[in-house]
Amino acid sequence: MGIVEAILLTVITAATPLVLAALGELVTERAGVLNLGVEGMMIMGAVLAFAATQATGSPYLGILAGIGGGALFSLLFGFLTLTLVANQVATGLALTILGLGISGQIGEAYVGMSGTKLPQIAIPLLSDIPYLGPLLFRQDLIFYISIALVIGVNWFLFRSRAGLKIRAIGDNHASAHALGIGVIRTRYLAVMFGGACAGLAGAQLSLVYTPQWVENMSAGRGWIALALVVFASWRPWRVLAGGYLFGAVSISQLHAQALGLGIPSQFLSALPYAATVVVLVLISHNRRTTLINTPASLGKPFVPDR
Amino acid sequence: MRIELEKRPRASAFYAVLSPFIALLLTVIAGGVMFFLLGKDPIAALYSFFVEPLLDVWSLHEIAIKAAPLILIGVGLSVCYRSNNWNIGAEGQFIMGAIAGAIVPVVFHEWHSPLVLPLMLVFGMIGGALYAAIPAFLKANMNTNEILSSLMLVYIAQLFLDWMVRGPWRSPDAYNFPVTRDFAPEAVLPEILASGRTNLGFVFALAAAVLLWFMMRYTLKGFEVTVLGQSERAGRFAGFSSRRMIWFSMLLSGALAGLAGISEVSGNIGKLQPIISPGYGFTAIIVAFLGRLNPLGIILAGLFLALTYVGGEAVQLTLSVSDKVTRVFQGLLLFFVLSCDTLILYRIRLVFPGAAVPAAQQGAE
Repeated sequence: MGIVEAILLTVITAATPLVLAALGELVTERAGVLNLGVEGMMIMGAVLAFAATQATGSPYLGILAGIGGGALFSLLFGFLTLTLVANQVATGLALTILGLGISGQIGEAYVGMSGTKLPQIAIPLLSDIPYLGPLLFRQDLIFYISIALVIGVNWFLFRSRAGLKIRAIGDNHASAHALGIGVIRTRYLAVMFGGACAGLAGAQLSLVYTPQWVENMSAGRGWIALALVVFASWRPWRVLAGGYLFGAVSISQLHAQALGLGIPSQFLSALPYAATVVVLVLISHNRRTTLINTPASLGKPFVPDR
Repeated sequence: MRIELEKRPRASAFYAVLSPFIALLLTVIAGGVMFFLLGKDPIAALYSFFVEPLLDVWSLHEIAIKAAPLILIGVGLSVCYRSNNWNIGAEGQFIMGAIAGAIVPVVFHEWHSPLVLPLMLVFGMIGGALYAAIPAFLKANMNTNEILSSLMLVYIAQLFLDWMVRGPWRSPDAYNFPVTRDFAPEAVLPEILASGRTNLGFVFALAAAVLLWFMMRYTLKGFEVTVLGQSERAGRFAGFSSRRMIWFSMLLSGALAGLAGISEVSGNIGKLQPIISPGYGFTAIIVAFLGRLNPLGIILAGLFLALTYVGGEAVQLTLSVSDKVTRVFQGLLLFFVLSCDTLILYRIRLVFPGAAVPAAQQGAE
């Protein structure tokens, strides 16, 4: 395998968790809920996936633990913001702080342990295509899921009746409620989907990206995923494109460090974060297009009138 | 069983006072459960976490030292949050304040003068404010979400500090350790009590809290903060500018976080090193909410959260529990605070199955 393929492979590995987490948050936000706890759900997914893999020996059960853990953890956010109408921004922050704390506590026992890497699955015939085969069809399960989810979520949001309802709720929860759509119940499901995706993204970190447990190993990826949703103007395909763009940026800094260009490594490490800010500015400086793209009820509390 | 909310005709003053205390009680109970799950005697653990630190003079000083940055940052954030500006990058502003303040004792270490300390404090505030000016500018002029931009800047500030102490500012006589030279005695914040290490930073914190309490309660600026935070539209009709408010609240909270940063470095650490904060900038968010965004309440909240740091260190020693429990406590606390705040605006009713359900609630799928 040539150097180009090797680099592209690392880009894919770096992009997959971003795509997954952003895709989940996209659905949550399309339903009008702003969950800033992605980082917390992701790190919970990472630690639970690692712990379950260690306990059972099967990384696939680890994946399930990551997904389930993320979804359950997001329920906490759902209960506070949807049932108790707490402030969504503050509750999301709380979820992140709590997630970082609990994962550190659980992960204590696993620090320094070598993990089990999720095996690659070669798809017959397709994996033999020169260049593309090893890149796209000799990957791990989580990568395949991420691509399937982008296609699935895009279809679901824009082609299915349930997706239409989610978008209706996100744009005007009062009207959706008046039409008889269960706003709170749908939002609970959307929040849990976001949690499950973030948990899966976390599982990818501790089973594929660096198969071990390191405290705070999500390193701000949850926040970058939140920025990606804005960057993608709430569209699944653009999440995919944006995720790979950010994956490329974070990988390029690693390669630049390896080349030793004489730039201090800290400056290169700061690159993904700086790129996030720059991209956010570019995408949102036009007030009107931002207003058109953003789900109109995003972040607004909803109490059904009776 | 379902939970329904019924809006109170007006906010309940009773629960406004009580809700933080209910939250504290729930946190302590949840903490007991957590210690039990970790296989420790919950009563003994809670005692050594929450009570023992209050019983000896050394720990009380540690609490004051840790409360100072939490209160300073927390009161600044309260103004931000009240005006609906979500600065969550105080950790970065804290670090940049510390770096800017350290210019004097690190770069001009041969200059000895009583002016050193005041200059450091001013530089610290300017550094924090300038760093907060970035998300402020991006929000006011470029319509960019301040939550994400201020948070990204935290990571950048941490990396910048790391580079400074390993690169240009590394002390020539520290045997390659990543630290700057020790601050000279006149660059160190003086201690204020004979009994221990509490330094002037604690006085800054109390002064800032009282000043901001006065501002919020008795001045037009305070009224402007509240009005714009509750309804930007209403504020516009009153002639207030939400753009100017972005600048005001962000620069104010940035300056206070910067002051906290330089005070911590000067009063407590005595030099710059790669890590100068155990997450004060994030914990201060909890402090702000636990204090119900009221500067005087934030003093109490800051002292309590400082206790969780000291208590965490205590149980680590006495019960060999990891000090990570502190982070869990802090996260739980914020959750309980936010959920108890619902009681202020709403009456909570439990509805059991069989009770009449309004048709709209049965929602067709």
